[in-house]
Amino acid sequence: MAELIKVGMADYKVGRAPAILISYGLGSCIGVSMYDPTAKVGGLLHIMLPDSKQSRTSENPAKFADTGMPLMLKDVLALGASKSRLVAKMAGGAQMFAFAKATDIMRVGQRNAETVKSILKTMGIRLLAEDTGENYGRTVQINLENGVYTVKTMVKGEKDI
Amino acid sequence: MAISDDILELSPVQLDALREIGNVGAGNSATALSQIINHRIDMNVPQVSIVPITDVPDLVGGPDVMVAGVFLRVYGAAPSNILFLLPQDSAFYLVDMILGKPHGETKTLDFMDESALMEIGNILAGAYLNALFNLTKLSLLPSIPALAMDMAGAILSVVLIQLGQMGDHALVIETEFQADEDGIKGHFFLVPDPGSLDTILTAVGVG
Repeated sequence: MAELIKVGMADYKVGRAPAILISYGLGSCIGVSMYDPTAKVGGLLHIMLPDSKQSRTSENPAKFADTGMPLMLKDVLALGASKSRLVAKMAGGAQMFAFAKATDIMRVGQRNAETVKSILKTMGIRLLAEDTGENYGRTVQINLENGVYTVKTMVKGEKDI
Repeated sequence: MAISDDILELSPVQLDALREIGNVGAGNSATALSQIINHRIDMNVPQVSIVPITDVPDLVGGPDVMVAGVFLRVYGAAPSNILFLLPQDSAFYLVDMILGKPHGETKTLDFMDESALMEIGNILAGAYLNALFNLTKLSLLPSIPALAMDMAGAILSVVLIQLGQMGDHALVIETEFQADEDGIKGHFFLVPDPGSLDTILTAVGVG
């Protein structure tokens, strides 16, 4: 039985095969993984917000895409991943409640997804697959044995991306 | 729940005032709910606690627990969000009660059931805000309600992300309702916007 490592909200974990990294109950948040299929090491980050610079205070860099992603990248490389082999997957970024006049904070899921993509591009890490948007919650996990990223939902079942 | 790491500097007197606000508001809501379903409602003393944002989903049983959430935006002098959370079973049973169905009949929510739950959220929020007005004289109007049935973490993320912009901690003014013999449980959260907490504290004379 593979070791199951929980990743909390505004947190990230890295590991190596055969571990499975899992994060529960994402709404507007994004679970972004980085994985090296040869070294079989990777990480999963659960961000809440796109940009630390738009936030007043925080002692937790893993809360934001712009500060959390470089941190996870550094730790995945330290475990023996090669940056040129790294591939990313992501899921989340839902809008849980639909309002006619959605405020910026309601659309944060979409901004999260866009920001993660643009940071991956800057880093030169290829985004292999994504399952973002819509209006439902997701539990996500990545199997570090094979890089399979599984999205579980209450309303749309389960799928691998 | 309220905002920012300024909350780490709230005085005991201010925390007491917030507890009183939670007490009166939730008391009024519980009375309204009790009249609708014609059952006695027990309510615990509101908890006012300062917790890391990331620990809030644990207050309702963990991020992957299925809950029904009714969300309302509050407009007026102290803009806020209101979130009323019920475990899935409680939501189903509450629907049975309101719509006069046998206990256990509701197993998924149809349009009518959703409408009933949203109306409950509406009435609870209205009762809460009325009580808040009597204490503070701040005029507060709720939006129409929105409903989601999903994982607690996903639903809570709507308010937690807003708090997350301000700091790493949440001030939680939380009340648990229970219709005793029937095991209906619910959590009621009030989440002031940035700045609204100061407005509320000033209005009750402890700003």
